[in-house]
Amino acid sequence: MRFSTEGLSLRYPGVDGWALDQVSISVPDGSLYAVLGPNGSGKSTLMKTLLGVLSPERGRAVVDDTPVLDWTRRELARVVGVVSQAETIAFPLTVRELVAMGRYPHMGALRGESSHDKGAIAHALDQCDAGHLTKRDVTTLSGGELQRVRIARALAQEPRALVLDEPTASLDIRHEMAILESLRAWADDGMTVVVVTHGLDQAARFADRMLLLSRGRVAAEGRPEEVLRAETLEEVYGWPIAVEHDSITESMRVTPLRSRDGATQAPPRR
Amino acid sequence: MTVRAPVAAGGLLVLLVASVWLGVRFGSVDLSTAQVLGAFVGEGDEIPRTIVLHFRLPRVFLAMIVGGGLALAGATFQAVLRNPLAEPYILGISGGASVGAVAVLATGLAAASSWTLPLAAFAGALLAIGIVFRVATATGRAMDVRVLLLAGVVVGAFFSACIAFILSISDALVVQSAVLWIMGSVAVANWHDVAIAAVYTLPAGVLLLTMARPLNAMAIGEETAQYLGTDVERVKRLSLGVAALLTAAGVAVAGVIGFVGLVVPHAVRLVVGPDHRTLLPLSFLAGAAFLTLADVAARMVLAPTEVPIGVITAFVGVPLFLLLLRRSLTE
Repeated sequence: MRFSTEGLSLRYPGVDGWALDQVSISVPDGSLYAVLGPNGSGKSTLMKTLLGVLSPERGRAVVDDTPVLDWTRRELARVVGVVSQAETIAFPLTVRELVAMGRYPHMGALRGESSHDKGAIAHALDQCDAGHLTKRDVTTLSGGELQRVRIARALAQEPRALVLDEPTASLDIRHEMAILESLRAWADDGMTVVVVTHGLDQAARFADRMLLLSRGRVAAEGRPEEVLRAETLEEVYGWPIAVEHDSITESMRVTPLRSRDGATQAPPRR
Repeated sequence: MTVRAPVAAGGLLVLLVASVWLGVRFGSVDLSTAQVLGAFVGEGDEIPRTIVLHFRLPRVFLAMIVGGGLALAGATFQAVLRNPLAEPYILGISGGASVGAVAVLATGLAAASSWTLPLAAFAGALLAIGIVFRVATATGRAMDVRVLLLAGVVVGAFFSACIAFILSISDALVVQSAVLWIMGSVAVANWHDVAIAAVYTLPAGVLLLTMARPLNAMAIGEETAQYLGTDVERVKRLSLGVAALLTAAGVAVAGVIGFVGLVVPHAVRLVVGPDHRTLLPLSFLAGAAFLTLADVAARMVLAPTEVPIGVITAFVGVPLFLLLLRRSLTE
């Protein structure tokens, strides 16, 4: 599954400036692609535009050679699973019921679950280590449990691509690592995985390619060692940052410095 | 803990049959059980038979169809607005429908054709839902309980003013019939009313049932629903339109009856859970039984005087509404 955008530009009504400004990216098939950037840099907006939920003012988003706005929601949901930042569940559903919704794009209006549907739901729950939660009311789950269940719902769609918006925000080390390792494994199995995240170190360890957004523009795109450069990050985040190779993880490590550490002066805020 | 749907459906069917029996058995004229049973099999005196077959039975059927329809409308509004407090009466939709209906009553157009009144009610209901939805989503804080309820109150107040205006320029006879009808009643039901209500309500119910899964998805959020393959704008327009139609059908034949759409889906959800594939059909059954029983109560409480049926449903619904409101504001 390939995602790409060409000159994507979008403004929110009543807000000055572009939320996305001439964003052209390309997510290769079967890769783990991290989308990074400061708060308000346009990460979630890019994700929603990539998925056709927001329409750009200029440019376009393309999924597998077809403009995303030409896909029906149902066709797209059969191949792309999405875990958005948050959802408010107004009525008490069980975990099984929530994950079963992942089968909706594959089901008719009135038919019940086929044996294939049941298998996909069980498999998705297993993959997310949530098989023991099936009967629980989703409103009683912990943050880590709910996130695993929402990922299981996306997997139950049997997608060829997963798009996740800050899936590990507010999770502890164990839950964060477990989710990231799963994403890496699925990408190795050929799934395209797009992750919006604030975790620069974790992205460096797990992602094949990454995009750094700054005020709606592409600040850098490429392999982690190409994107995670101290001067680029300092410019984008407006804070002194050191980047070095971590011999334990064999990947880049990003360390924000104290402003008085002296290695670099905090660049003046523009 | 949820009970399996077939068990709940069986229980509701028993309740519905029992309420139908109570509905035909009791009323202002005292009939014996034998006379009522005799009427069904075509035996006994002419008068008890007429009472049962031409007064009580249509009345019971009308209560069933209107009650079921209002419950379906409530469940639909709750899913689309993601708010367990949404209900045709509280949102001002019933008010919109009654403006349309009063307008054709006052102008005498209602007499022209039996379809004018329901259609005018439908137009009023659509107008109301358009306004409420716009107001409730305009703030950006989509579907905040308080915004939604305020929108409903304001729109309802506006429609009350419209009705007061129309009545103030109408003659006394129109005013009297309109006021009686606004208070909500199935007392003057005939088979023709039953047919009108059924023609609108039953296809609308089937159409809603085909949208059960999209409604499930909508209830957990519009963005997520899109990612699960739902054409959100289409489902929203269609389901809100159908819910407006159900409300209008109820208002056209039975006037304004509040809180059925609040009480019934809430109770059913407690028993079978929030999946609309079971919630919708069971809400129809439960709504039918609820309004039939409310009508029996309306006849019996101050017999031989009848209490408007909307009074009974409000006495049941308002405490539940306050309870739910309190819960949703403290969360």
